[in-house]
Amino acid sequence: MSDGIGARVKRKEDKRFLLGKGKYTDDIRVENQSFGAFVRSPHAHARIKGIDASAALAMDGVLAVHTGPELKADGIGDIITGWAITSKNGDPMKIGAWSPLATEKVRYVGDSVAIVVAETQALARLAAEAVDVDYEVLAPTVATGEAMNPGQALVHDEIPNNMCFDWEVGDEAKTDAGLAGAAHVTEIDLINNRLSPNAIEPRSAIAVYDDAEDHYTLYSTSQNPHVARLVLSAFYNVAPEHKLRVIAPDVGGGFGSKIYIYPEEITCLWASMKTGRTIRWTAERSESFMTDAHARDHVTTAKMGFDADGKIVGFKVDTIANLGAYASLFATATPTYLYGTLLSGQYAMPAIYCNVKAVYTNTVPVDAYRGAGRPEATYVVERMMEKAAREMNMDVADLRRKNFIREFPYQTEVLLAYDAGDFDAVLDMAQQAANVAGFQARKAEATSRGKMRGIGYSCFIEACGLAPSAAAGSLGSGVGLWESAEVRVNPVGTIEILTGAHSHGQGHETTFAQLAADRFGVPIDNVSIVHGDTDKVQFGMGTYGSRSGPVGMSAVMKALDKVEAKVKKIVAHSLEAAEDDIVIEGGEAKIAGTDKKMAWHEIGLAAYLAHNLPEGMEPGLKETSFFDPVNFSFPSGCFICEVEVDPQTGTTQIVQFVAADDFGTIINPMIVEGQVHGGVTQGIGQALMEGVVYDDDGQLLTGSYMDYCMPRADDVPSYTIGHGCTPSPNNPLGLKGCGEAGAIGSPVAVINAIVDAIGTDVEMPATPSRVWAAIQASSMPQAAE
Amino acid sequence: MYDVKYHKPASLADAVAALAAADDGKILSGGQTLLPTMKQHLAAPSDLIDVRGIDGMSSISVGNGTITIGAATVHADVADSSEVKANIPALAALAEGIGDPAVRAMGTIGGSIANNDPAADYPSAVLGLGATVVTNTREIAADDFFDGMFATSLDEGEIITAVRFPIPSRAGYAKFPNPASRYAMAGVLVAETGGSVRVAVTGAGSDGVFRHAGMESALASNFTAGALDGITIDPDGLLSDIHGSAAYRANLVTVMAGRAVAYAA
Amino acid sequence: MSSITMTVNGKAVSQDVPDNTLLSDFLRESLRFTGTHVGCDTSQCGACVVHVDGRAVKSCTTLAVSLEGASVTTVEGVANGDLHPMQAAFNEHHGLQCGFCTPGMIMTGIDMVNRYKAAGKPLTEKAIRAELEGNICRCTGYHNIVKAIEDAAANM
Repeated sequence: MSDGIGARVKRKEDKRFLLGKGKYTDDIRVENQSFGAFVRSPHAHARIKGIDASAALAMDGVLAVHTGPELKADGIGDIITGWAITSKNGDPMKIGAWSPLATEKVRYVGDSVAIVVAETQALARLAAEAVDVDYEVLAPTVATGEAMNPGQALVHDEIPNNMCFDWEVGDEAKTDAGLAGAAHVTEIDLINNRLSPNAIEPRSAIAVYDDAEDHYTLYSTSQNPHVARLVLSAFYNVAPEHKLRVIAPDVGGGFGSKIYIYPEEITCLWASMKTGRTIRWTAERSESFMTDAHARDHVTTAKMGFDADGKIVGFKVDTIANLGAYASLFATATPTYLYGTLLSGQYAMPAIYCNVKAVYTNTVPVDAYRGAGRPEATYVVERMMEKAAREMNMDVADLRRKNFIREFPYQTEVLLAYDAGDFDAVLDMAQQAANVAGFQARKAEATSRGKMRGIGYSCFIEACGLAPSAAAGSLGSGVGLWESAEVRVNPVGTIEILTGAHSHGQGHETTFAQLAADRFGVPIDNVSIVHGDTDKVQFGMGTYGSRSGPVGMSAVMKALDKVEAKVKKIVAHSLEAAEDDIVIEGGEAKIAGTDKKMAWHEIGLAAYLAHNLPEGMEPGLKETSFFDPVNFSFPSGCFICEVEVDPQTGTTQIVQFVAADDFGTIINPMIVEGQVHGGVTQGIGQALMEGVVYDDDGQLLTGSYMDYCMPRADDVPSYTIGHGCTPSPNNPLGLKGCGEAGAIGSPVAVINAIVDAIGTDVEMPATPSRVWAAIQASSMPQAAE
Repeated sequence: MYDVKYHKPASLADAVAALAAADDGKILSGGQTLLPTMKQHLAAPSDLIDVRGIDGMSSISVGNGTITIGAATVHADVADSSEVKANIPALAALAEGIGDPAVRAMGTIGGSIANNDPAADYPSAVLGLGATVVTNTREIAADDFFDGMFATSLDEGEIITAVRFPIPSRAGYAKFPNPASRYAMAGVLVAETGGSVRVAVTGAGSDGVFRHAGMESALASNFTAGALDGITIDPDGLLSDIHGSAAYRANLVTVMAGRAVAYAA
Repeated sequence: MSSITMTVNGKAVSQDVPDNTLLSDFLRESLRFTGTHVGCDTSQCGACVVHVDGRAVKSCTTLAVSLEGASVTTVEGVANGDLHPMQAAFNEHHGLQCGFCTPGMIMTGIDMVNRYKAAGKPLTEKAIRAELEGNICRCTGYHNIVKAIEDAAANM
């Protein structure tokens, strides 16, 4: 089936992008639009004593300046945290109030203080510069590992020690006992570096208020327009849902950063009503750096114990996770249920304990970014395994094999039960593809050129396909995480699939269409995918957490099942046959073994003409399904990275990167490989070059691409991709999801390779200056005691 | 960027006059540094005087033991020039490494050295090759041109028209790029011209491009990378930032110097 | 404010623009060619690359008013009824995901192929990756973009 499941179908959506006719939010013009610009705090921590907008308001063409107290007086709600976490002592998490426009205090450089509305973009920005805010500057709390120390400034006056929660998973007593009895214990201290997601399209919003209908329309660069509508209505009180339409048109990348409903969207909507004009806002990149949710930022201490054979007997992990100034939408789930629960990795561990303390600092709020918690978990587990292997004089792959889980389903010590996997097969595949056997010879050759060559592994498993709603709810989620699909067969046979998922690069307009083409044998060009508009599509939860496959496509499959069932009834009735004898393929339905058939377009027509339908059947051919997964899905993989380090400059060149994944069933291998390429490149970015840096005053030192290093084409090689396949038993297609695995498994493979090359530890990002310093430090002669 | 008035003078005289008449005018050449600076509101000239239309400002010519490059000549043209590649290949290689292809299509040598960014490449070429900066009023020797980071000895209203490079007997340039900005963290131009050796270092110094006497005398006796062994650069006076400590830059200077010599020899 | 005349995608254009208007804004706002995108503010991301008088330049770092008499081509102007071989290659090799960096990639790709052909230099993978230094993609990891450009080079 050339356009069905498993086919490398070229993307249908490419044409408009290639011709420059994509419709991104900033491309859209609305008649009589005005422009918004935000006044932002230049201080990491300060009280607002007063705001003087008179100079701005005096400028010709400035329509309004609105501030936090006005917004609160109009009843606009504070920004919510969507996942309730309970501390180990039973206390609920401590949330500091987050108003879309600051009222009494600003808590990070970039915190929004006011919106200026003007006739042109340039004028709005100039006027924003002219708004005079009187600040009483306060000492900031910046460093993650120090935020709870006595004497540190309180980010939220009412939250002691800047601690949001103190959470745990696993069994502490059992783990301590396991470690106490271990033949060998390996310890490691690690930092998971803070990142900025940097989708190349900056965030943008257009807020249109129709005062005749008291109706709002928001064009937004969102990964989840329905969630935005729900939250804007139910929590932020902008408008009741039926008076609010959210449209996420073409969106230029998200990676998690465009899940959240930010101060800017909320403020633009409310201000459009106050000003009576459409307001549009697009972030400048330097603005993105100080407003888009940051990512990762963990400080971790871990201990793993082994018996005399090298089998794991206990694993204890202590993490401090930085939330930034405010607890963002998924921020509390990311370092808890998406992190601690993955600490078993691919290994049978009889005892695990993880404690996570989440802290506030005067920095940009941190939330989920590609992988969300699972890159952090993978980093700890896989750094630990290679360090332990070296300490115990074992081969790094052998130690892993000794501990692999081989029977499924496998209940871990940290809540999750893995459904399927074959870790040996994928490791074998990766080692073969990476020609591990030839590594020593390559290393010797590199040494002769004065270069240090190393190889590093990452054997990882992750949980995605977010998520089974009841389970998520019981763990504190404020929302269910099912997905929706409506399949409409039109009267003359073309098909529209309306999905609650959203594509911002994932190729849904092609892959979702492949499902219908596969099921009915209709030409793929006759299938359209509709998404991104709350007026057109039924409620859906959007795209993130590698869920569009396992959850989104499953909803489509269930809706296709219902369509198929009705089609068979209609055809059976028309052809006077038994339903069970009807077969659909090649775009027609026929009585099996005969040539009595109905073409696809005749079936649609029959349903809508309703001249001859079975007794009691409603006309039409349109079916909806809401699919709630019964479990997470568990992609796994083995990445092998080979590097050459130049000891003179500390530069790391990635000479080979092999990514062998098990995603279960693959709908379109071309799309899946693309997801892996992109995810791996982001992971290499984290490992080698990316990192948000704040100084002691909470000033953002990495506020542009001049200082925040994005991976370019000459930083990375071409990749070798392989696929294992143990289908997920938990959804109709056996999908596990593939969007994040690349970013989850790769950072640790790179760092493990560098550590192997230079023989000493290095923190992420392993920049040339850090690697050089590490080599220098390790080669200095030890001082005599 | 703030409002600005644009001028496109047809002649050097017109450019001089426009600059003099402006409240706070700046010469616009490639704009690849000036325009981003204006976009960030870090510069707000009242007038921009675009010199790219003026005869001779964009040109490369070989003279008597020299190559003269017009101030508005773009980096891509210097990199691709058969004259430059034949006579001073290190200069072509240096130009090829500035910015990225689109920036090289617009950025110019005049703009680069007038700005004197401490991490720009061209200052090390001008200083290391002992070039002469030609302006509308005089000629300035390289050693007298650079005056600390972002500062030159140009007078107010003085316009660079060309840079004249003596053709060296051998020269090399090696640069370690900042991973993020791709500017030089250490860029060393080494040249032997008319019997004397110059070593010019950009990217590393906290006060802009500088010559290194120790490396110059070592190479003068023995023009090999080995001659630089044992020369350590003093981290004092070098830049230290999130991309690398002064000690790291000091290391980079020696490594890049060695690579520049290897290219030249 | 100045009056400028230039050719954009083959058609003569004459307008009055404020002197501080960037070419990217002129294209997007005045001419409504929104295929050229703005992704950064330090001239590094390359989403804004267009061709001016046959060379790839960053439209976010060029003043419209400085292009009197110039010929500008944007991504909307490279197809000729059929897709340009570079556009076709990006589709063939899945060289785009969200599409936002794509116009810049296509214009940079066409430019590098033109220059290497003119110089008789082989456009190797290493050369392509180096030539893409001024174009940032967050989605594709560059792997398929490189393949697309290699393929297009053979067909241009």
